[in-house]
Parts: sequence; C-alpha cells; structure tokens
Amino acid sequence: MLTKRIIPCLDVKDGKVVKGTSFVQLKYAGDPVALARKYSEEGADELVFLDITASYEKRKIMIDVVRKVAEQVFIPFAVGGGIRTIEDIRALLNAGADKVSINTAAVENPSLVRKAAETFGSQCIMVAIDAKKSASGWEVFVRGGREPAGMDALAWAKEAERIGAGEILLTSMDKDGTKEGYDIELTRSMAEIVNIPIIASGGAGSLETIARVLREGKADAALAASIFHYGKYSIAQVKRYLKGDGIEIRI
Amino acid sequence: MIAIVDYGAGNLKSVQHALEFLKVESVITGSPDAIQKASRLILPGDGSFGFMMETLKKKKLIEPIKAFLMESLRGGRPFLGICLGLQGLFQESEESPGIKGLSIFKGSVKKFRDGKVPQIGWNRIVPKKKGIFKEEYMYFVNSYAVAPKDPSIVATETDYFGNFVSSVQLKNITAMQFHPEKSGKGGIDLLKRWLAC
Repeated sequence: MLTKRIIPCLDVKDGKVVKGTSFVQLKYAGDPVALARKYSEEGADELVFLDITASYEKRKIMIDVVRKVAEQVFIPFAVGGGIRTIEDIRALLNAGADKVSINTAAVENPSLVRKAAETFGSQCIMVAIDAKKSASGWEVFVRGGREPAGMDALAWAKEAERIGAGEILLTSMDKDGTKEGYDIELTRSMAEIVNIPIIASGGAGSLETIARVLREGKADAALAASIFHYGKYSIAQVKRYLKGDGIEIRI
Repeated sequence: MIAIVDYGAGNLKSVQHALEFLKVESVITGSPDAIQKASRLILPGDGSFGFMMETLKKKKLIEPIKAFLMESLRGGRPFLGICLGLQGLFQESEESPGIKGLSIFKGSVKKFRDGKVPQIGWNRIVPKKKGIFKEEYMYFVNSYAVAPKDPSIVATETDYFGNFVSSVQLKNITAMQFHPEKSGKGGIDLLKRWLAC
C-alpha cells in the first residue's frame, strides 16, 4: 500500500530559512540545506521549499539553494513561490528540484500548467491552491492570499487536474497559523472530486490533527511548517503516532 | 567509469548525485562510444516510453545499449534501469502504442487500472527471490507497470490496488520501477549493494 506522506515546508528568503526562531533554527542557523538534511534523516517523505524572496534579482539565490539540496538530500522536493514562466520551471528542475508548485500564475495563466505538464510531465507540476471559506463553498485567493481570484476552489482543482496538474497543494487560509487542525471538510471535498493526490496544508497542530486530515480529510499527504521548525514534534514522533493510529506510514 | 544514459529528459543529475555521495565517479552521456566503454550502465527515466525510445533511436543508442544488455545477460558488465529504464526493457507499452521497446524481456507495460494515477509516494517492495533487494519502502512516481511474461525475472512486487512488478533481475541486469536516488538512506544503500555486485 502506498503510504501517506509527511512533508515539512521551509520558507526561504534570500537563501535563508525564515520562520521559526527556536533552538532548532538556531542550531541550523537558517541554512536550508542543513535543515533539509536533518528532516530527511528524521524520516520526512518529501520537502517543500517556498521561496518568499521579494526581489526578482535575488531569486537566483534560490537556484543555488536547490542545487545544493539536490546534491545532498536524497528524497523528493518541490519548490514554489513566484514561478511565472516555463523558463522559471526549467531552471528549478535543471537545478535538481523534483517538482515545482505554481499558485498565482496557474490561476492567471492556466496554459502555463498545460505547457509545463506537456514539457516536463504532470508528475512534477503541483498546483497550489489557497482557499478561504465563502458563503457558497471555498474561494480561491492569489498573490499570497491577498486577492480573491473569483473562482470556486473545488472547480479550480478539477480544472487544474484537467489541464495537467499532477498534485494539488491545498492550503486552508482560515486554518493556516491557527494550529487548531486542518480544514477537514475542504480537504475531503476536494479529495473526493479529483483523481490526483492532495497535499493538505494549514492548521497542523496536535498529532491528532494530522491523523484526522489523513483519515477523515482523505488527504494523501500532510504538510506542516511551524510544528516541525519550532520543535514541537519531530517528524519521527509524528510518524510513530500515525502508524500507531493505524495509518499507512513509512517508518 | 559508470555511464548514465542521457536521452534529453529526466533528472539525470539526481542519479549522479547519489553516486557522488557514494564516492563513485560517473558520466552522463549520449555517446554510443562512451556506452560501449562503460564499466556499468545506468538507464534512468522520466518522460514517456515513446519519447525515450525515439530519442534513443535518433541518438543511435539503441544498438550500443542492446549490445551492453546482451553482455549483462551473459554475466558481464552490470546494467541498472530506473523507472522508464525498466519499462524500456520490455516489448511495448500502453503509453505509446506502436513503438517498440528494447525487447530484452518478453512482456508489455500496462497502465494502472485503479487508484490515483500516477502513483506518487512511498510504497513497500517485497522481494520474490534472493538478491540485492530487501523488504522496505521506496519512492515511486509511475502510471505504468511492467508485466513480464517470465515470472522468474520478478525481483520484487509492490501493492498498489493489487500487486505489480516493482523490479526485475536476470543475471547482471537489474531494473526497478521506483527511484533509489530519491528513496533516502534505503535507496542509497540499495545502490551501494548494486555497485558491490
């Protein structure tokens, strides 16, 4: 049986990991490569790097980070943040990223997803969806959650699958940062209508919240940032708990 | 020198990085000559069956690879196929009808009928015969799986809504559907065992 995946997410700005000031961070001094290696050794199934570098010129630093991670870390990893063109994607994949995650550009220019899937294969194209509860369901937001896209999240997920997305990284904006649990209803609703894996994000808190999104939310993978960065739980601890709870997990 | 076949697709470097980590030198090459001279040959994979076979043909690599494989079958220099590099050893694939594979093994490549496709993630490989494999989790990204006519070449099986063949081995040909170069320590250790045999 295919296992459920546990995916730590690292926010990277100007080549340094940001978010998290705990002892874990201090020890690794914000070094994405060292932190990636540590998570891999602890049993992370995959990694996601989110490049939050503001200036376009400094984006090249990320390519360098990707190259170093690829040389030293032997689990799959995705890179997202600010990807706009086929050339952006090619540069990241050539540097050694296994997948890219496309958010705003996918909404504004769906043909990018189609072209990327045709060129590089669906398996390396992840569409990231930031969704927020609305009166009628969940609405898609873009530009780091600042602007409503005027689209229904479930409809967009189906469309993303149709145009070639290989996976969906689904973030609940309502739950993000709350630590009170993932949006189970949103995740399950999406998992039931698409036939590609859903990576749930936003709201990871207690160990039980992760078990719930994998079981009741039917997510294929759970992504979390702060619970790992601040050392609340280690990856190994999370995975042992989930396995003990009867969820198919790689230990 | 180990040669990693370059056919213009796939993340060839990740295989090379894994070898570098094991302090083993390799070259990524699309030259028939380098393939003929290689101490070991690795055919990695990504992309489609048809794309791979047509590019190999265009680059005039089919004959040198086949010659290498025939030698491996006689117990000579070892060959390793990864992902499409496994599928290409068979006669044909549902992914690219009408395109001939390297046809070293009888059988075809079939699309998964159930579950989410592609299968993406870690799944358990279960050895079916003695060799370099052990029961453990490996990282998979595949929509297709091989269906060999000869069950004796099956090295491991894996369950994805039913069992499929996740690796084959015959004499010095070893080929796997999963990605050892992306399977953490277990994958690195497996490559190490392949390098030792």
